[in-house]
Amino acid sequence: MRRANLNSWLLAAPLTGVLVVFLVLPILLIVAVSFWSSNEFSFYPDFQFGNYEYLFGSSVAWKVFGLTFMMTAIVWALTLVIGFTIAFFLAFHVRTQKWQMVLFLLTTIPFWTSNIIRMISWIPLLGKNGLVNQTLIGAGIINEPIQWLLYSSFSVCLAFVHLYTLFMVVPIFNTMMRIDKSLIEAARDGGANGFQILTNVIIPLSKPGIMIGSIFVIALVMSDFVTTRFMSGSQLANVGRLISNDIGLLQYPSAAATAVVLLVTVLLMIGAMLRLVDIRKEL
Amino acid sequence: MSVLRSADDLELVGLTKRYGTALAVNSISHLFRAGSYVCLLGPSGCGKSSTLRMIAGHESVTDGAIILGGKDVAMLPPAQRGTAMMFQSYALFPHLSVRDNVAFSLKMKGVDKSTRHAEADKLLELVGMSNLADRLPAQLSGGQQQRVALARALITNPQVLLLDEPLSALDPFLRIRMRTELKKLQRQLGITFIHVTHGQDEALALADEIVVMNNAVIEQAGPAREVFNAPKTAFVARFIGGHNVIIVPQGSFAVRADEVRLVTGGTEAFVTAIEYQGTHVALTCRITSEQDVLALIPEAAFFSDPKNLGDAVTLAWDETKAHCLQG
Repeated sequence: MRRANLNSWLLAAPLTGVLVVFLVLPILLIVAVSFWSSNEFSFYPDFQFGNYEYLFGSSVAWKVFGLTFMMTAIVWALTLVIGFTIAFFLAFHVRTQKWQMVLFLLTTIPFWTSNIIRMISWIPLLGKNGLVNQTLIGAGIINEPIQWLLYSSFSVCLAFVHLYTLFMVVPIFNTMMRIDKSLIEAARDGGANGFQILTNVIIPLSKPGIMIGSIFVIALVMSDFVTTRFMSGSQLANVGRLISNDIGLLQYPSAAATAVVLLVTVLLMIGAMLRLVDIRKEL
Repeated sequence: MSVLRSADDLELVGLTKRYGTALAVNSISHLFRAGSYVCLLGPSGCGKSSTLRMIAGHESVTDGAIILGGKDVAMLPPAQRGTAMMFQSYALFPHLSVRDNVAFSLKMKGVDKSTRHAEADKLLELVGMSNLADRLPAQLSGGQQQRVALARALITNPQVLLLDEPLSALDPFLRIRMRTELKKLQRQLGITFIHVTHGQDEALALADEIVVMNNAVIEQAGPAREVFNAPKTAFVARFIGGHNVIIVPQGSFAVRADEVRLVTGGTEAFVTAIEYQGTHVALTCRITSEQDVLALIPEAAFFSDPKNLGDAVTLAWDETKAHCLQG
């Protein structure tokens, strides 16, 4: 009995070690630093709540958090609708498994290049003299280039949706593939029309996939700073940029406090979502 | 059998299903009498499931007609045909309680919650599942799931209930119990049951009429006793079991294994296998034309004069019990 116990501990030790060193310790370190003090040119160990007081007292911080939430909500809604539709098409309309796989791999092709390249590739398309504006002017639809196509909330949102829709497609497609096709027939036998099948059978059974995808997208968008910076031409702020600015100014304690607040916010959101749907049966 | 036709009869006329160039159901025609228990019997790939799914409306009809209630329903959606289907794996909705599963079709029609739950409870009582109405399907045993699937199919008041290998997922003991219940329920409701199976014992036990299918066509259809006692073709004789098919120069004939006796003076043979089966002993004998003949000898008769492997025996059967086969 004791021997078996020891073996279990030994088997669990390597992964526990990795998690402690690379996950728990860094987070603890960030939490600790968030209580430190700083002046213009240095920061030093301390235990004070000044960083948090400053953060919660700053109207800019509130506004940036608000903007981040809003962007997250919009991107989440768009990726959900697009991702669900793609997954639905792949799982229920493509008949053969071969084509399902071919088309599924096709959706992953953008992921063969880096995030940055995928973002930058929007610039020649959306810029003032970009393809879209040129085409619209050439077609005589507009006289002057549309300004809000690039370096705007629109372009940031577009880039996010482009980057993260796949994170919705994959888990939703995965849960949909596990739905027994005879359930759809049983629903049709019971007189359900296409829309009723969607709302009464497919959506409820896809919930775990929707949740996993949502967690990915929310966590990625909430913590992003590089997409917002590139695609807004540094005109838009989000929490990630707040942190990166602080780091740029060597205000590590302040950055750590913001990071802790962000982490807690995201954890609360995911916790709330997990209460709604039991995703454990998927894992 | 009555020659009168009822409006609730189900008739297939030249029903055909083609998948690409492969013919799954080849222009079959048959009349299913209202209120009868019919088994579609055949080996896998014979077209029996395709036939059932076409009647249900889950498979498109390549050609032919399905007449129910006096009209061709072949192009109607499943729910408007007057049929209901019970699926092989039951296909219960895993996210809905037993009660909501049964009430599903009423919900689709827009019936309000209390009415449809009351209706579902009635059906659950019929199948003896009232006490488990709030469970989820995953919390039920196979037999219980089947009752729920049955209740769900019956709530639409179908004229014809289609059962796709309903017993194949159950263990042998439960299978025998559930088939008794199926038959009882069918008698009680008085509607047509069409039951697809590949088990001849199941078909014999349940069916008023057996329809034997093979290679996309109906080989033989008739009352269970008729099919068993007078198989028309070698395939039916072999598939329905309990028969010897013996090929002679004039053609072939079938004789029931329990009609074969050991006598003095008859067809010469020697014993190649002996199997004790409780009430009978199954004796496989090789006759001179290199064919095996199975003789089911009552246990007491066998042990009063036991045989060993390789013993020479002589076999005989009543000529009236042997009948010629087509093809």
